[in-house]
Amino acid sequence: MLRFVLRRLLQMVLAFFGTTLIVYALMFAGQGDPIQALAGERPVTAAQRAYLTQKYHLDATGVGGFLYRYFDYLKNLLQGDLGQSLTGRSIGDILVAAWPVTVKLALIAMAVTVLIGVTAGVIAGIRRASIFDNSTLVLTLLVLGIPTIVLAPLAQYFLGVRWQLFPPTAGAQPDLYALLLPGIVLGSLSLATALRLTRTSVAENLRADYVRTARSKGLVKRRIVGVHVLRNSLIPVVTFLGVELGNLMSGAIITEGVFNIPGVGFNLFRGIRTEDGPLVVGIVSVLVVVYLISNLVVDVLYAVLDPRIRYE
Amino acid sequence: MRVRRLAAWTALPLAVTLGLVACGSGGDGGGQSDPNAAVRIEIAEPQHLVPTNTNETNGSQVLSALFSPLVDYDEANKPYEVAAQSVESSDNKVWTIKLKDGYTFHNGEKVTADSYLDAWNYGAYAPNGQNSSYFFEKIAGYDDLQGETPKAKTLSGLKKVDDLTFTVTLSQPYSEFKTMLGYTAFYPLPKAAFSAPGVLKDGYEQAPIGQGPFRMKGTWQHDAKVDVERYDAFPGEKPKVAGVEFRIYQQPTAAYADVLSDNLDVIKTIPTENLSTAADDLGDRFQQSPASSLQVLSFPTFQKEFSKPEVRKAISMAIDRDEISKSIFKGSQKSARSFVSPVVAGYRENTIGEAGTFDPAKARAMYEAAGGPKKIELSYNGDGGHKDWIDATCNQLKANLGVDCVGTAEPKFADLLTKLKQKQPVGLFRMGWVMDYPSMENYLGPLYSTNGSSNYYGYSNPQFDKLLTEGAQAPTEEEAIKKYQAAEDLLAKDLPVIPLRYGQNNFGHSTKVKNVEMDLFDRINLLKIEAVK
Repeated sequence: MLRFVLRRLLQMVLAFFGTTLIVYALMFAGQGDPIQALAGERPVTAAQRAYLTQKYHLDATGVGGFLYRYFDYLKNLLQGDLGQSLTGRSIGDILVAAWPVTVKLALIAMAVTVLIGVTAGVIAGIRRASIFDNSTLVLTLLVLGIPTIVLAPLAQYFLGVRWQLFPPTAGAQPDLYALLLPGIVLGSLSLATALRLTRTSVAENLRADYVRTARSKGLVKRRIVGVHVLRNSLIPVVTFLGVELGNLMSGAIITEGVFNIPGVGFNLFRGIRTEDGPLVVGIVSVLVVVYLISNLVVDVLYAVLDPRIRYE
Repeated sequence: MRVRRLAAWTALPLAVTLGLVACGSGGDGGGQSDPNAAVRIEIAEPQHLVPTNTNETNGSQVLSALFSPLVDYDEANKPYEVAAQSVESSDNKVWTIKLKDGYTFHNGEKVTADSYLDAWNYGAYAPNGQNSSYFFEKIAGYDDLQGETPKAKTLSGLKKVDDLTFTVTLSQPYSEFKTMLGYTAFYPLPKAAFSAPGVLKDGYEQAPIGQGPFRMKGTWQHDAKVDVERYDAFPGEKPKVAGVEFRIYQQPTAAYADVLSDNLDVIKTIPTENLSTAADDLGDRFQQSPASSLQVLSFPTFQKEFSKPEVRKAISMAIDRDEISKSIFKGSQKSARSFVSPVVAGYRENTIGEAGTFDPAKARAMYEAAGGPKKIELSYNGDGGHKDWIDATCNQLKANLGVDCVGTAEPKFADLLTKLKQKQPVGLFRMGWVMDYPSMENYLGPLYSTNGSSNYYGYSNPQFDKLLTEGAQAPTEEEAIKKYQAAEDLLAKDLPVIPLRYGQNNFGHSTKVKNVEMDLFDRINLLKIEAVK
């Protein structure tokens, strides 16, 4: 087990550098004129252009320029310095300010997914073809069909502005209550997927041989479902949730924008819009780490849930 | 919401007691004014909060609270003195600026001539990379401060006379120098802002120290807010609120939702998608005012097919401006038929004359007689929400001139500029202009003079250049305006661009504030705004 984890950690280092290289290369290739992008439609003076070009080595172009700037970036990164955004703010500071609120938001979304999605999925799986099962099917299809870009403003307008049940925006230092609505909106998509996944898995396992055996030897139903079926049914759900945690953090661009939460998605969007290469690479690097770690946790959880899976 | 309601309940008895004690302190309509309340105004994250480095509206809105300008503008958009006692010149070349006594920075430091000289020298020095350094280019000695290793560190045109007086020598006479002084770039800086002469302290812009009606409360909380409170030692006109919270939004739709539910007091730009319902949502709390921006469609006059003014005039006459303003912009922009915006002194309506009247039949005849191209391309930047009106304009040209017309999107404005600089054939292209200072010259010089910094049309008219120079040297502002108006008349004949629309400020406010006004630089007037009890 320990060897497995160690090997995975070493692979993570490689994956980390590989992804930063790719992201840096993509930002480099897609970069038009970041100085003009920063100024919007105002003319940029020659002095200002020279100043920024020199400060961010923007004159280094081509393959040689790319390698120069990438290794320069990497050198600073290894010293713990993520560099400066084009407006002169330290990217480290931006990330420190942005991550806590995004993590909070993602955890709320995750909690909503697990509490409602998995529970409803188990019930629907046990009572197949019941009214409950059919109505959740309709509801989840509806949620899966509505993209967040529609769902988020609608939820904000009706629940926040019209009926005033929630504050319409959360802001920079939100309390738990203010984050609840964005959390539910963000989690709704994965909630629907988790529900369908759990339902299918439970329904399938209920027909498995070992359940029939357990039932024939007289085990109470609560124990059959609560221990045996649930544990086996959770394997695909856990895989899904592990990957989803990363998605929730990076996928909050729309939700964070609509509810004005200055988190990671909010900054990523700004970085892309203003062609702020260092900012985008910095955020994506941290996201990569989140993905890698959540995947590792999922793999370890497999062994806990299913003793047949063994790592050497 | 819950919290707010709770607060309302506890505030109610308090307000009743206060109301009994204080009796009617003015206030026309919409409740009594509350001088002890703070208001909340929407901005986007400012890029910088150093006066000479701030040239976007968010930063300059915050700085307008922290600093008091030398001059401001009256109803007729003419400058009058605020922090300055007088701004005078006998020859438009050497200007003497006298400061009012009694102004102090928020740290207690006295405002002197040096405060201005230090700030302006810092701003003009090229290695400091200040965004607004070009505002100082008219001052003598500016060129010596440019380049990677400039020859000088201070502007030779700036001279201190005594503690409250200094002179500014320009490299060339400029009649409207006083008009320029109202802009953000000309604010002073305290000694405390510098760690050494000419070196700005590292953390200065996290909590700028100014001499204005408000001072910082805490520091700039990036992506969250900037809090300011009333500065009681301010000698000028006192604000009517205790403080302002500039709350930072990335998307205007979020700010709009907050204004609707009284969670935010002022939204400066109502998002286009909400404009059609804004009048219903907000009633008379939805307001419009003229902005300084001007949208034009420009011609690459260096290309043969667009070199004839008749072709350009015909295209102008084939566009139904009012229809597009109404149906695409829902009245959020106004049709333009002049080259300068109504917010500057010297503006005249409809200077392009016949070219501004919509007359498809005449346009078509003129277009065919002049041999205009059979195919027209309209280039625009795809990231600015221009597609709808470009397509509408194209459809009008197709229908009214019988030509083929396509809108071509460049990904970003920068891509469009790159192509223009290389003189690639992009067809007609859209351009927008926002003034730096309220003067006709600012709408003419940079855009149409032969060496203008934003002249992408290849337009060059010696007579036009001559009139601009004469305007700058005119002894009085009135005479300068006459010259500029003559220059504008030349443009109306040549039509290197066709004016399409003026920008409008579409702003709104909550039920908790009143007297919300927008100034010439698209900033909320912080001295006028009042909180409602």
